[in-house]
Amino acid sequence: MDSGDTAFVLISAAMVMFMTPGLALFYGGMVRAKNVLATVMQSFFTIGLVSVLWVLAAYSLAFGPDKGGLIGGLDYLGFAGVGQEPNPDLSPTIPHIAYAVFQLFFAAITPALITGAFAERMKFSAFALFTTLWLFLVYAPLAHWVWAPGGWLRELGALDFAGGTVVHMNSGFAALAAAIVIGKRRGFLKEAMVPHNLTLTILGAGILWFGWFGFNAGSALAANGLAATAFIATNTATGAAVLGWCLTDYLRRRKTTTLGAASGAVAGLVAITPAAGYVGPMGSVAIGLAAGIVCALAVGLKFRAGYDDALDVVGVHAVGGMLGALLIGVFANTAFNEAGGDGLLAGGGLALLGKQAVAVGATLAFSFGLSFVLLKLVDVVVGLRVTEEEELTGLDISQHEEVGYAFAEGGGGTAVPVGAGYAETGPAPATIRVPQGDSA
Amino acid sequence: MKLVVAVIKPFKLDEVKAALEGVGIQGLTVTEARGFGRQKGHTEVYRGAEYRVELLPKTRIELLIDDEIADDAVKAIIAGARTGSIGDGKVWVLAVDQAVRIRTGEMGADAL
Repeated sequence: MDSGDTAFVLISAAMVMFMTPGLALFYGGMVRAKNVLATVMQSFFTIGLVSVLWVLAAYSLAFGPDKGGLIGGLDYLGFAGVGQEPNPDLSPTIPHIAYAVFQLFFAAITPALITGAFAERMKFSAFALFTTLWLFLVYAPLAHWVWAPGGWLRELGALDFAGGTVVHMNSGFAALAAAIVIGKRRGFLKEAMVPHNLTLTILGAGILWFGWFGFNAGSALAANGLAATAFIATNTATGAAVLGWCLTDYLRRRKTTTLGAASGAVAGLVAITPAAGYVGPMGSVAIGLAAGIVCALAVGLKFRAGYDDALDVVGVHAVGGMLGALLIGVFANTAFNEAGGDGLLAGGGLALLGKQAVAVGATLAFSFGLSFVLLKLVDVVVGLRVTEEEELTGLDISQHEEVGYAFAEGGGGTAVPVGAGYAETGPAPATIRVPQGDSA
Repeated sequence: MKLVVAVIKPFKLDEVKAALEGVGIQGLTVTEARGFGRQKGHTEVYRGAEYRVELLPKTRIELLIDDEIADDAVKAIIAGARTGSIGDGKVWVLAVDQAVRIRTGEMGADAL
């Protein structure tokens, strides 16, 4: 047990937790004002939901003792046996429970990432049911394949330092399935659906950038040189991706955009995630620059292909995740991490690139396929979409009975308090309904 | 009595207000508005997708004033709001039948 490692991983876990509220702002700024709360809620509620499901059973399915390379056993249900002693197979220098809580926040942000694809039209109940099923049936198995001792992709030798496969490709391919199954927003390509507050979005991107140091450097699971290598790789790639996306914007219209800068940062963070502990600073520049440019072009695909991935989860997370996974096969170098591998440029030939391609293909097939089935199932059980009227009104009112912005007193000047509580005490119009204690 | 209404570029509001104060106007009402005229809209670009935005932000001002200073007020608004480029806006003047100051109940010209 190492107290420095433990402190570092616990702080990293808290930083990864903070990424999901950051994602809420990143996404919330990009939707129309009438859907801002519903969008923010889908990320925030996921933190609460996964925090419970992870302890109950999802951690056990992901990291319990291996069953055939495919899934974990049920030994850790309710965190049974997940204690203060290290688990030598998972994290030899920190308490097992510190590792489990670090992993918890990876599991929380991943389904939250998917919500960008079905933003502005999904029922809250459908979202909650889908997220629950998806965590158990898609996330937990894939996390097992890649990270758990005995997991088949890990045994194959495919590299994923901090979750390019499990988090980003996984959410990105699920997002593609979601955009296809739920269908387009009403008015897609017919009316302008433009971001209502990019200030929120760029603040959210900044929070993601900050939290990502916990995500990537923390994945070293120790306060050591490898963590520092991952830290600088993360930051360098992110900077390069901001430049790459802004350059692409500039070449198109001779203007840079704040949404491009924010999106570039996220694309770079996504692409460097699997590679952070395996490549050096110059490899990070190349990966980041490529991610910024490629993702800037990839987000336009939805208009040609005709699916409505509202906030570009596919273009950023699926494409950026694939790019990062494959570029490990080019830029990885054991000079930076002996436990990693040598890619094309380090004289390792095509072997590593081939393994990375297998991981990409397996993730695509599994995540897209099973997510598609789960979405169809949820559609049958509770219905995925809100009604046309609810969609036109906005999800904030129709799903949550709130508004994001009340610029005048009384909720925009239109709200009249409702209920009998004040009617007896004065001439006021009457009508606020306050909780009546035990009267319910 | 006259109601002078103007739709101007938002960033010209301070100049218009100063010009109106210069001719003795004691009060005005300002509303944020959106609209288009010959200027049409502008282009916005989000993640490479271009959107034509046809309704632009404008500021609408209203003043309720005596007949004899209406012409001065119109000239002051024009002096304050004009840039010479397209989209400067419009001013128009309406006749008003009645006005009442709510606090005192004064009516007509006394209410102005």
